[in-house]
Amino acid sequence: MQDFGAAFGQAFALIAGFDPALMEIISLSMRVTFSAVLIACLIGLPLGAVLAVGRFPGRGALVVLVSALMGLPPVVVGLAVYLMLSAAGPLGVLQLLYTPTAMIIAQAILVTPIIASLTRQVVEDMHGEYDELLRSMGTSRVSTVATLLWDARYSLLTAALAGLGRALAEVGAVMIVGGNINHVTRVMTTAIALETSKGALALALGLGIILVGLSILVNAGLMGLRKSAERLAYA
Amino acid sequence: MKNRSLSLLLATALAGGLSIGTVKAEDRFIIVQSTTSTQNSGLYDALLPEFTAKSGIEVRVVAVGTGQAIKNAQNCDGDVLLVHAKASEEKFVAAGHGVSRADVMYNDFVIVGPASDPAGISGSNNVATALAAIEKAGAAFASRGDDSGTHKKELALWNAAGIDPSGDSGGWYRETGSGMGATLNVAVGMGAYVMTDRATWIAFGNKGDYGIVVEGDDAMFNQYGIIQVSPKACPKVKADMGQTFIDWVLSKEGQAAIADYKRDGQQLFFPNADKQPSS
Amino acid sequence: MPETITRNSHLSVIESGIAPPAITLQDVVFERQGKALVDGLNLTLTANGTTVLMGPNGAGKSLTLRLMAGLIAPGQGKIRWNGVETVPSQRVALVFQKPVLLRRSVRANLTHALKTYGVPRSAQPQRLEELLKMGNLTELADRPARVLSGGEQQRVAMVRALAARPKLLLLDEPTASLDPQATAAIESLIRTAAAGGAKVLLVTHDPGQGQRLADEIVFLNHGRVTEVTGASQFFDAPRSREARTYLSGHLLF
Repeated sequence: MQDFGAAFGQAFALIAGFDPALMEIISLSMRVTFSAVLIACLIGLPLGAVLAVGRFPGRGALVVLVSALMGLPPVVVGLAVYLMLSAAGPLGVLQLLYTPTAMIIAQAILVTPIIASLTRQVVEDMHGEYDELLRSMGTSRVSTVATLLWDARYSLLTAALAGLGRALAEVGAVMIVGGNINHVTRVMTTAIALETSKGALALALGLGIILVGLSILVNAGLMGLRKSAERLAYA
Repeated sequence: MKNRSLSLLLATALAGGLSIGTVKAEDRFIIVQSTTSTQNSGLYDALLPEFTAKSGIEVRVVAVGTGQAIKNAQNCDGDVLLVHAKASEEKFVAAGHGVSRADVMYNDFVIVGPASDPAGISGSNNVATALAAIEKAGAAFASRGDDSGTHKKELALWNAAGIDPSGDSGGWYRETGSGMGATLNVAVGMGAYVMTDRATWIAFGNKGDYGIVVEGDDAMFNQYGIIQVSPKACPKVKADMGQTFIDWVLSKEGQAAIADYKRDGQQLFFPNADKQPSS
Repeated sequence: MPETITRNSHLSVIESGIAPPAITLQDVVFERQGKALVDGLNLTLTANGTTVLMGPNGAGKSLTLRLMAGLIAPGQGKIRWNGVETVPSQRVALVFQKPVLLRRSVRANLTHALKTYGVPRSAQPQRLEELLKMGNLTELADRPARVLSGGEQQRVAMVRALAARPKLLLLDEPTASLDPQATAAIESLIRTAAAGGAKVLLVTHDPGQGQRLADEIVFLNHGRVTEVTGASQFFDAPRSREARTYLSGHLLF
């Protein structure tokens, strides 16, 4: 497998040379992924917490649904978002198809169930501990949810990281709604897919190595942040 | 305070996402729905900067199979269509989705196979005989199977050879359902013959011990056409800029740029905007 | 899980100047899996002083406390707080044997409580300092609450309960897992609360603690009150056979 050696060589050459095309692709990948995860957090965290704390009819079904949606095939999400944003679709007037915004929307849809589901688990555990205290204090539902989310913030970082991992690695949805347009919507994963289909396997694998490296950097950074912040907050 | 910083974050995220969409929307760009074969060959990377420098119009290429490209254009998600499936293109225009169709360039299809050549067809210039030999030997053959222009062409060739391979699908006849490059990777991986356009093959980087085994049959001619998406069917279409691009591609200058694009010293596409294909 | 109890901080009865009983339980039954754990309990607590709730394990002491805090609703019977049937939860505070502290600093725990109890923002800093001083926690204010020792954590829980300026302070064996010194600190806080006008209801298994703190003793067995007696008389000569047996260290049947 001489390709592996060549792949590492390619990866190294691209990084060492600060290849401008690569930097552009990386920065777009990061922007799309972080934006999508941020939006998914804004929806998924409260949703997960409400599912953990709330007692309302249909809650059980909703919990199952959200869990099941964690396994949404990206291609299906991509297709659905394409049909919505297509000029012939209901949201066509927004002219968002083949833009980074479309990619952010698709990835946010993919990531939200993951964050909501993991949040539900984390918050449910903590709620078991806090429930009597908060109720005895006469805490309102809204402020119960806020208290639980805030106190679980370091555990919830793991949920966000899981979402980040999925978004960063995802190719099927962004390929369809982004179109893999050079300089506009080409991100790491679609670039890898393109190089693979060109048969430039070493280059594709090299990009893959860089993607893994980026993923490690992001995770290590956030975990390190969590560790030190956690020590300060409650150890 | 927490809420304010959150909404600020959200605003930043959305603005970040939108910036390219909106800022560049004010820029001059068109979307060209095209095929993987043209993109994978690297033609656009050579062609488009030249046009953009001259016209100030950015060209955004969405490269998918011909079937999907036509479908996307029907949904008005593109300004220009550049594909290679003449019959489907003419149907697209006839149905009112496109203004008119013009020939742009051609290349040809070839069949590539492993050095071991299990069907013994190497050097052939008769595609019907070669396909019959493949079927007779039961040698593996990888098909796009994705309703692309190349796939349609391949099916027409089987048909002309009087063979219906669909019954052997999953046996020696293997439909990948993927783009040209992906199908080549699969074929090389399992030692199957595969039909590809010459441009993709020349630019392909993972050839292994593969080489061209069948070429030069007039039946394997591959014509590319360009169509302006109809502003009647799609009011939002950027007809002016699209037409500027089409005019340039068909102009002497554009045609020369196509002819000048070479990989490994070989010309990949042959411009034929003025004359009709010889076959 | 029963969630039928409504809450408000409606205290008009108190504010009108009449002093009704702090809490009244009337024929209260609470069942779990078909077993009556609180079984026709009748009890009225006066608005002042410290009442100690004693009784063997399984007598229903903790459940009674939770009923009084409005955390669970009785299957039958009525509970009235200051004469009304809705729990004024912002004036009823509960402290558990194992303190449940938020994953925040001591200061943030207390601020959270002040906010929850509706203390106006402008009054919060001063109240916070008072509470820290009361719990001897000033130097620990910025430490993460959950890394403190058991005694320190319980002090945080106690002053957090006092942040409500409670009319009714419910304490569920707050010193059961503390050493004598930490216990003394908690008992001192209990005295402060009672002196400040809160009605204190304390569950304990420690007769010494009962003698030190109680004005009256309520003895519970099998989910019923077997006697309510003044503290000095209870420890000298309890009236019920169950209490006598309990105090002498024998098992009850």
